[in-house]
Amino acid sequence: MTPKWEHFEHQADIGIRGTGGTMAEAFEQAAVAMTAVITPPDRILPQVAIRVRCEAPDRELLLADWLNAILREMSALRMLFSRFEVTVSGNSLEAVLHGELLDPARHEPAVEVKGATYFKLSVAQDEAGNWTAQCVVDV
Amino acid sequence: MDKSKLVRRSEWEWEIPRAGRMEVPGLLFASESLIDEVDEKVREQLSNVASLPGIVEAAFAMPDAHWGYGFPIGGVAAFDPNQGGVISAGGVGFDISCGVRTLLTPLRRDEVEKIRDTLADALFYHIPAGMGSTSRLSLDKRAMTAMLKGGARWAVSQGYGVAGDLECVENGGGCGDADPDEVSEQARRRQTEEMGTLGSGNHYLELQAVAEIFDPVIAAAYGLALDKVVVSIHCGSRGLGHQVATEFSRRMILEAPQYGIHVTDRELASVPAHSPPGKAYYGAMRAAANCALANRQILSHFVREVFKSVIGDDKLPLLYDVSHNLCSPEDHEVGGVKKRLVVHRKGATRALGPGHPDLPARYRPVGQPVLVGGTMGTTSYILAGTEESGRRAFNSACHGAGRSQSRSQALKQYRGEDVVENLRRRNITVKTRSFRGVAEEAPAAYKDVSEVVRATAGAGLARLVARLEPMICVKG
Repeated sequence: MTPKWEHFEHQADIGIRGTGGTMAEAFEQAAVAMTAVITPPDRILPQVAIRVRCEAPDRELLLADWLNAILREMSALRMLFSRFEVTVSGNSLEAVLHGELLDPARHEPAVEVKGATYFKLSVAQDEAGNWTAQCVVDV
Repeated sequence: MDKSKLVRRSEWEWEIPRAGRMEVPGLLFASESLIDEVDEKVREQLSNVASLPGIVEAAFAMPDAHWGYGFPIGGVAAFDPNQGGVISAGGVGFDISCGVRTLLTPLRRDEVEKIRDTLADALFYHIPAGMGSTSRLSLDKRAMTAMLKGGARWAVSQGYGVAGDLECVENGGGCGDADPDEVSEQARRRQTEEMGTLGSGNHYLELQAVAEIFDPVIAAAYGLALDKVVVSIHCGSRGLGHQVATEFSRRMILEAPQYGIHVTDRELASVPAHSPPGKAYYGAMRAAANCALANRQILSHFVREVFKSVIGDDKLPLLYDVSHNLCSPEDHEVGGVKKRLVVHRKGATRALGPGHPDLPARYRPVGQPVLVGGTMGTTSYILAGTEESGRRAFNSACHGAGRSQSRSQALKQYRGEDVVENLRRRNITVKTRSFRGVAEEAPAAYKDVSEVVRATAGAGLARLVARLEPMICVKG
């Protein structure tokens, strides 16, 4: 399947969902969905690469850790990321985030994401073998 | 919400009877029309909170309650640590000590009208707002620790404000029980450049005119008069608070089973308040609260600088500063016995009644100011704590309007440019860096704040004092 992302409804915050042929692709798309809460991802130039690593006892926590690691780097480095390369092995994840320094005039960030929550958090594979990774993010 | 599943205790109180694993009932304060609007998920979330170990009396929901994650927004829950009572990072949320502070200005509405554009432009230029904005402050490791220990007290010692401000900040300007050692390097890293910034989303800085006075005696004690203009700031603990919440939510999920706590909803993960992880979270959360108090103090200083340059006067006394996402140790009577409880408020304001010893002398006769933020196009309120609210919901009241539409629904329905133009026609100047952000925060996406405060007053949780109308809004 073609990897893709979408948002889903939550009254106060917003749900993000990524799907793909592998868990890693679903995680990458969930990250794009989270970026899209802030600004259209195609406005972000993949000029700089940042590496992150996460480890968690299960895949749901790994997803939350992954999204929170991106938020941490966005906030500390004042960057936005639009392209993600994820490798999952067992309970750990290694990834490269591609993005650029935040430019308020060009990116017009609508909102800052405060954190990935455990609400509606799931990482699941369907009968056709496709993966979905989702949760609600706090804005 | 399906009213058939509730027991109506009085005109303003709706009970979710104990069932299943609930230790106590749930109790919603609301008018009938607000109950009709509240999502069914609030009942589910409040019932889950009522099932947490050591909860006392009831799991409460304020009239502005809406569904969050784990706890409902507008939720209040108190736990007895001596009865296995827990502390929960999810019960405070990501924006630790997010709150509102209001400053009095020397100006009246007609005086602001004459300098509206100059003032709006100057505030927009000087107040760092929106994602990624920074101020001229940068904290090294030592200054960061001092800030986390001292809160607004630290900010005043650095020249941001005057000593007189501190008595009008909850906890006297700082949480003395903060433990900066429990705040991680990553959390500190996120805050290095973020002191004195407003943030985004529903955060704002507004100039508001007093449009209506309900209680002239209390209004006078608060320094409020008809047509007088105030500045209200809504923001929190920025990246540092978000990181503390993220790390401890995760830690509680992993460590709860060690204490025999079965985690059914990860957002509700909790540990005993007296356990090592419970104490660690408490210390870090209070340090993050100090970060929020310092942040609002610095922003107040920036506002005063703007007033100094525009009107030559920077005397803007602080009316009050109160958090609405916080966990605090408080003494309350439970079943006739005084107990020290761990009170969680997530989207709810502490509201101390007249005579309470924690109030500054000037407000002791009338009760604590309760600052209730509306939307940029409607109205905000100032209420006062009542003695009754101490008996009803551990001295708590509402905090805002509460959303009625999701962000994506709002985005489909409104254009930011139209929202700004419509507000301009109604004499409200909105300054923003993101029209999409304005659309998501469109006034129509929120509940009627007037109905929320009417229910709050009706239930005896607070007394109506004044209504404020926005004139200038710098959107976060």
